[in-house]
Amino acid sequence: MRLPKFEYFEPETLEEALRLLAEWRERVCVLAGGTDVLVKMRNGRLKPGAVIALERISSLNGIGFDLRKGLTIGAGAKLSDVTSHPDILRYYPAIARAARVMANVQVRNMGTIGGNLCNAAPSAENAPPLMALGAVVTAASLEEERRITLDDFFRGPGLTAMKPEEIMTSIFVPTPPANSGASYQRISARCGVDIAAVSVGAMIMIEDTVCREVRIALGAVAPVPMRALSAEAFLKEKVWSEEFLREAARISADESRPISDVRASLEFRKQMVAVMTQRALEEAYGRAIKR
Amino acid sequence: MKHHINFKVNGDDYSLAVDPWRTLNEVIREDLNLTGTKLGCGTGDCGACTVLLDGRSVSSCLTLAVSVNGKSVMTVEGLAPSGEELHPIQEALIQTGGIQCGFCTAGMEMSALNLLNQTLSPSETEIKSALSGNLCRCTGYNQIVEAISMAADKMRDNAAEKEEQ
Ligand SMILES: Cc1cc2nc3c(=O)[nH]c(=O)nc-3n(C[C@H](O)[C@H](O)[C@H](O)COP(=O)(O)OP(=O)(O)OC[C@H]3O[C@@H](n4cnc5c(N)ncnc54)[C@H](O)[C@@H]3O)c2cc1C
Ligand code: FES
Ligand code: FES
Repeated sequence: MRLPKFEYFEPETLEEALRLLAEWRERVCVLAGGTDVLVKMRNGRLKPGAVIALERISSLNGIGFDLRKGLTIGAGAKLSDVTSHPDILRYYPAIARAARVMANVQVRNMGTIGGNLCNAAPSAENAPPLMALGAVVTAASLEEERRITLDDFFRGPGLTAMKPEEIMTSIFVPTPPANSGASYQRISARCGVDIAAVSVGAMIMIEDTVCREVRIALGAVAPVPMRALSAEAFLKEKVWSEEFLREAARISADESRPISDVRASLEFRKQMVAVMTQRALEEAYGRAIKR
Repeated sequence: MKHHINFKVNGDDYSLAVDPWRTLNEVIREDLNLTGTKLGCGTGDCGACTVLLDGRSVSSCLTLAVSVNGKSVMTVEGLAPSGEELHPIQEALIQTGGIQCGFCTAGMEMSALNLLNQTLSPSETEIKSALSGNLCRCTGYNQIVEAISMAADKMRDNAAEKEEQ
């Protein structure tokens, strides 16, 4: 089946893209890597009057790291660039892993991290580790530039806190605190190539065996990627132990709100939330005490 | 409105006017008559349409032709430009029996090339994950994995020979 007809723009600056967006409003669709957009157009779920391709706006595509501040990933950075970036591999292995285990080589060579977040699938692969690490995204419109924490970003399947006239420019992730570690775990029916049935991102900071900071984010088990706030509250200020770890994993499963669908049943998802939460916390702990 | 694009395919320059809604897969197959690249699912799942774009493997079914303006594409036809002497990946696939109906083959070869451009000593796991976006309904994959490992050895030997000279 052919794609529906549309007009096409390929601006080279953000300003130009934002002007086009303001002009065309809801009849336009922003295109990054196209791995969600073209699939939707092909199966008739999306029929835009015009498409604004962001790829040539070079200011959106970079990745920069400053040890004192943190990591800034351009919304248009390709997933394959995220997985191979030396600073991301070294300081943010959980982010590198999420981008590496998703989809397949071709999709990672085309798809962008910003596209993954803006598409706002409940299973959006990059969301849990970024949420666990306290990421903040920047959205620009002709009027202003504003920052939105990832915790406030997702509003429902396919819905975000961004306005139609905004473009996501970058994702900022603070430098992880000393003595902290993070992890990303996922499970799906056929290892990597298909969408995650359950995924968990976790970050913990350990001081003298006490969990001073804990952040757990769950993917694909609610209408939006969500924090496991009760599990976090339970672990916080506790001395690290196997028993508390298992209890935190159980609480995390309890507060998840999965549905049954083609990928997994509700009951299986709940059990897997516990397993993935435990694995993520264990790996994060191992990394925290090494650093 | 048609857009004018200039791009390279297998080293040759092309200049054409394309409708923006046409995919790179359509333009390669229908306008350039390079039908080695296949169309399977059209939604990024099967890998039959894989080509290299500026050296990286992409699905041509999910790439708009207008977006390749100024870029360089390599299709399966570029693997054996003379049409006679085959690429080591192709020879190995024949030797191991990694080709049956052949529908997946062009895509498999481009994904294999994408991998071997990065490393000539891939592990079995690396080969398998490099092929995770390419489906084959016939062979059961083992012969394909074996072929890529064989091709890597051959290409490593060739590279070493060249160095000696
Ligand atoms: C075969 C296949 C397998 C896949 N597997 C996975 C998987 O395992 N896990 C997973 O999470 N996803 C998966 N996906 C989905 C998809 O590849 C990812 O979500 C990808 O990151 C989307 O990025 P993109 O650049 O291609 O987005 P696009 O398709 O270009 O855009 C996606 C959405 O975001 C909007 N958008 C993009 N960039 C911006 C911006 N800067 N500002 C505002 N809006 C923007 C677009 O308008 C659109 O609504 C898969 C897709 C395919 C085809
Ligand atoms: S035809 Fe492009 S991936 Fe199947
Ligand atoms: S040889 Fe038939 S699909 Fe692979």
